[in-house]
Amino acid sequence: MARSEATRSKRRPMLELCNMALAICILLVVGLVTLISVEGLRAFWPNRVELVECHDGRKFFGELKDEKPIRGADGRETAGVELRYRTCNRDLGGDGFVWVREDNIVRRSEPAELQWMERSAWGPLLVRFKALQRGTEVLEQDAAKLPTALEALLHTKNDERAELRRMEEERLAPLNDRLEALRLREVKAARSAPALPTELAVERAQMGALHAELLEQVRVRRVRHDSETLLVEDAAGHTKAVVISSILGFHAPNQLGQWERLGLHAARMWEFLSAQPRESNTEGGVFPAIFGTVLMVFLMTLVVVPLGVVSAVWLKEYARQGVLTRLVRICVNNLAGTPSIVFGVFGLGFFVYVLGGQIDSLFYSDALPTPTFGTGGVLWASLTLALLTLPVVIVAVEEGLAAVPRAVREGSLALGATRFETIRRVVLPASLPAILTGTILAIGRAAGEVAPLMVVGMVKLAPDLAVDGTAPFLHAERKFMHLGFHIYDVGFQSPDVEATKPLVFATTLLLIVLVLLLNIVAIRLRNKARRRYAGTGF
Amino acid sequence: MDANSLTPKARPARLSATDPGITDPVFSVRGLNLHYGSAQALHGVHMDIPRHCVTALIGPSGCGKSTLIRCFNRMNDLVENVRIEGLITFDGRPIDDPLLDVSELRRQVGMVFQKSNPFPKSIYENVAYGPRIHGISRRADLDAIVERSLRSAALWDETKDRLNDNATGLSGGQQQRLCIARALAVDPEVILLDEPCSALDPISTARVEELIQELKGRYTLIIVTHSMQQASRVSDYTAFLYLGRLVEYGPTEQLFLNPMCRQTEDYITGRFG
Ligand SMILES: Nc1ncnc2c1ncn2[C@@H]1O[C@H](COP(=O)(O)OP(=O)(O)O)[C@@H](O)[C@H]1O
Ligand SMILES: [Mg+2]
Repeated sequence: MARSEATRSKRRPMLELCNMALAICILLVVGLVTLISVEGLRAFWPNRVELVECHDGRKFFGELKDEKPIRGADGRETAGVELRYRTCNRDLGGDGFVWVREDNIVRRSEPAELQWMERSAWGPLLVRFKALQRGTEVLEQDAAKLPTALEALLHTKNDERAELRRMEEERLAPLNDRLEALRLREVKAARSAPALPTELAVERAQMGALHAELLEQVRVRRVRHDSETLLVEDAAGHTKAVVISSILGFHAPNQLGQWERLGLHAARMWEFLSAQPRESNTEGGVFPAIFGTVLMVFLMTLVVVPLGVVSAVWLKEYARQGVLTRLVRICVNNLAGTPSIVFGVFGLGFFVYVLGGQIDSLFYSDALPTPTFGTGGVLWASLTLALLTLPVVIVAVEEGLAAVPRAVREGSLALGATRFETIRRVVLPASLPAILTGTILAIGRAAGEVAPLMVVGMVKLAPDLAVDGTAPFLHAERKFMHLGFHIYDVGFQSPDVEATKPLVFATTLLLIVLVLLLNIVAIRLRNKARRRYAGTGF
Repeated sequence: MDANSLTPKARPARLSATDPGITDPVFSVRGLNLHYGSAQALHGVHMDIPRHCVTALIGPSGCGKSTLIRCFNRMNDLVENVRIEGLITFDGRPIDDPLLDVSELRRQVGMVFQKSNPFPKSIYENVAYGPRIHGISRRADLDAIVERSLRSAALWDETKDRLNDNATGLSGGQQQRLCIARALAVDPEVILLDEPCSALDPISTARVEELIQELKGRYTLIIVTHSMQQASRVSDYTAFLYLGRLVEYGPTEQLFLNPMCRQTEDYITGRFG
C-alpha cells in the first residue's frame, strides 16, 4: 500500500507534465485557428469611418484600426493612447495609414455622406462626392442625388465595357487573323512572282480599310467610355477627378444597416474567392491561386498514390526481405527528412531541365529558344511534390499491407489465386483505408509546401489558368499561382504591408479551409472504405 | 517404421498398423520427408487417402498434422526454407509435376482453415471469388454457383437476404461454413479441413460436423482434428501421427476400438497428448 502510494506520488508530476503539454498544444492550435479565422473574416467587414480633426491642423477621413497605449520615458503606460487609422487616398497625398495621439484630437465624427470607393488602380478612396462631370460639363452636383446618378452611370459603364470586349473578341480578333493569313499569302506570292497579284492588293486595301474603321470605332467608344469623371474631395479639401470607368464599386460605410453590412461582407468575400488579383496582388481576389493550389495537389495525388502503392507492394509483397529492402526503406525514410527545397532543386534540375528540355527539343523545337516544358510549370511542380510526399504514402500503405492477415491471403491462394490476383483482389482492397490515409497525409503535406515550388513553376501572377476551354484543356506546362506563395508575396513583398495584412489573414484562412476540405473528402472516402472492409483489423 | 517399406497393393484387410489396404486412392503419399530449415517435421510418411470418404488426422499438437495436410494442396510451397522429399500423387499424377498447374491443383483440392478467414468483402463476393479467379464472369452463372455453394454449405437460408452484407459480420460458425461454401464454389474433388471447429462453440461445431457428413458422398474430405470424439463421429478412416511419423492408420472403428500400436492406445485413452 505504502509502496503504491509512493509510486503514485512519483508518477503524478510526470502525468501533470503530460497534461500540461497537451493543454499547451491544444491552446496553441485553438488560439492560432481562432486568430486566423477572426482576422481573416474581419478583413472583409465594412467598418464605419470617421472624420478626425486634430489640434495640429490635420484633418482626415479614416477607418479606426488599432488603439494602443503610449509608453512614457519611464517605460510606464501612462502617456496616453495612440490611434491608428486607415486613411486610403494614396493618390490624394495620403499615407494609407496614420497614427494620431488621442490628446491631439479635437473632434471625431461620423459624417453620413462619406463614401468608400474601390478602383482598378491606386487602392480605395475614402472621400466626399462633389460632382459628376463629362469633360467640363457638370452632370450632377446635388450631394443627395450623386450616389444614385453614379450608380446608374456605373451600370452604363459596365455595359460599355462588355460591348468593347465583344467588339474586340468578335470583330477585331477575327479580322487580325484574316490579316495574318493574307500576309502569309502575300509572302508566298512574293516568292513565286516579283509583283503582287492585283486581287491580293485589292483585298489588302479592303481589309486595311475595314481594320482602320474598326479601330476608329473602338477608339471612339473608348474615349466615350472614359469621358465621365467624378470629382471627389478629402477631409483636407484636396480634390481629384476620378475617371468613372475605373470605379469598381462604392458604398457609404456610415449609412449601412446591419443587413446591408452583412451583404456587403458576403459580396466582398465572394469577390475575394472568385476574382483575379489586382494591383500586384494587393487587391481583388485570389481565384487563380486557389485554382493553382487545388490543381497542383490534384495532379500530385494522381501521381503519388499509384507510385506509392506500387512501391509499397513491391517492398512488402514481392521483394525478398533483406539488405536491399532494408536499404530502400532507410532511403525512403531519409527522403521524408530531406529539406523540401532540396526537392525543389532536384525538380528544377531533373524535371525542368532534363525532362522538360528533352520534351522541348523533341516536340516543341519550332518554339525554341522559348521553352515550353523546359521551364517551370504546374506539371513539374506536381511531380516534385509527388517525390516529396512519396515516403509518406509508402510508409502508410506498407503498414496497411502488413495489417492484412496472413490467413486471408492464404484463403485466396488456397482457392487457386496467384500471388498477383491475391494482392489485386484481396490485399489491396483491404488496404484501401490505409492507402487513403497515406493520401490524406500527402495532401496535407503538399498543400502547405511552398519552398520547393518557388523554383519549379510557381509565380506571383499567372492570370492564364492551366485549365481552359482551348484544346488540350489541361495546359500542364503553364506556370501557376499558389495560396502559400500568395501569403508570402502579399504579406512581405507588397509596398504597403499594413494595408495587406487583412488579406494575408484571409488567404491563410482560405488555405487552411482548403486543406481541411481536401482532407474531409479523403476522410469520408476512407470511412466509407472502412465500413466496407470492416473487421480486417484497421 | 517398418510400414514405410511396404509396397502399396490392393489388400483385402488391414495388414499392418499403417496400411488399411485402400484401393483407388485419391492421394498416395510415399516416403514423405519435410524439413522446415533444419528441423524435420515429417518423417517418411506413407499413406493412401480413400476416395469419397472422410479421413481424419489426429495426434498431439505439433506432431505435423497441419504440415501434412498442407502438402496435399502444396500450401507449404509458400513457406520459406521448406524442403520436401518423397512423392505425393493426386489421381495417379505427382503433384510436384512441373507441368501441373498449382492453381488448378488448388482448385481441385480446396482448403478450410482453423480460423475462419473470410475476405473482407460481401458474402456474395466471398463465394464468387474462386469462380471469378478461374474465369467465370457472367452474373447469371455466378449467381447460380453462389446459391448452390451456399446451399451445400447449409448457409443459404441464413444468408439469402443479406448476400451483399460484409462477411465479417457473420458469426464464427457461419463464417466457417462460408469458408466451406467458398471452397465448394470452385467445384473441388477434395476438401482439406484443418481443425475447422477448434474455434467454434458446440452448436456450430455440430452443424459443421453434420455438413461434413452431407458432403462425404460427393467429395473426398481430409480433416485434421485434435478431438478424438470428432474423429470418431465424422471419419471413416483415421490416421494417428506422432512426432512427424505416421504411427497408425486404419478404419476409424478399428483404430479406436482395437488399436494395433501402444502409442495409439495411450493417446486415445488419454494417457498422454
Ligand atoms: N512455417 C514453419 N516454420 C518452421 N517450423 C514450422 C512451421 N510450421 C510448423 N512448424 C513446425 O513443424 C512441426 C509441426 O507443426 P504442425 O504441422 O503445425 O503441427 P500440428 O498441426 O500437428 O499441431 C512443429 O514442431 C512446428 O513447430
Ligand atoms: Mg495445426
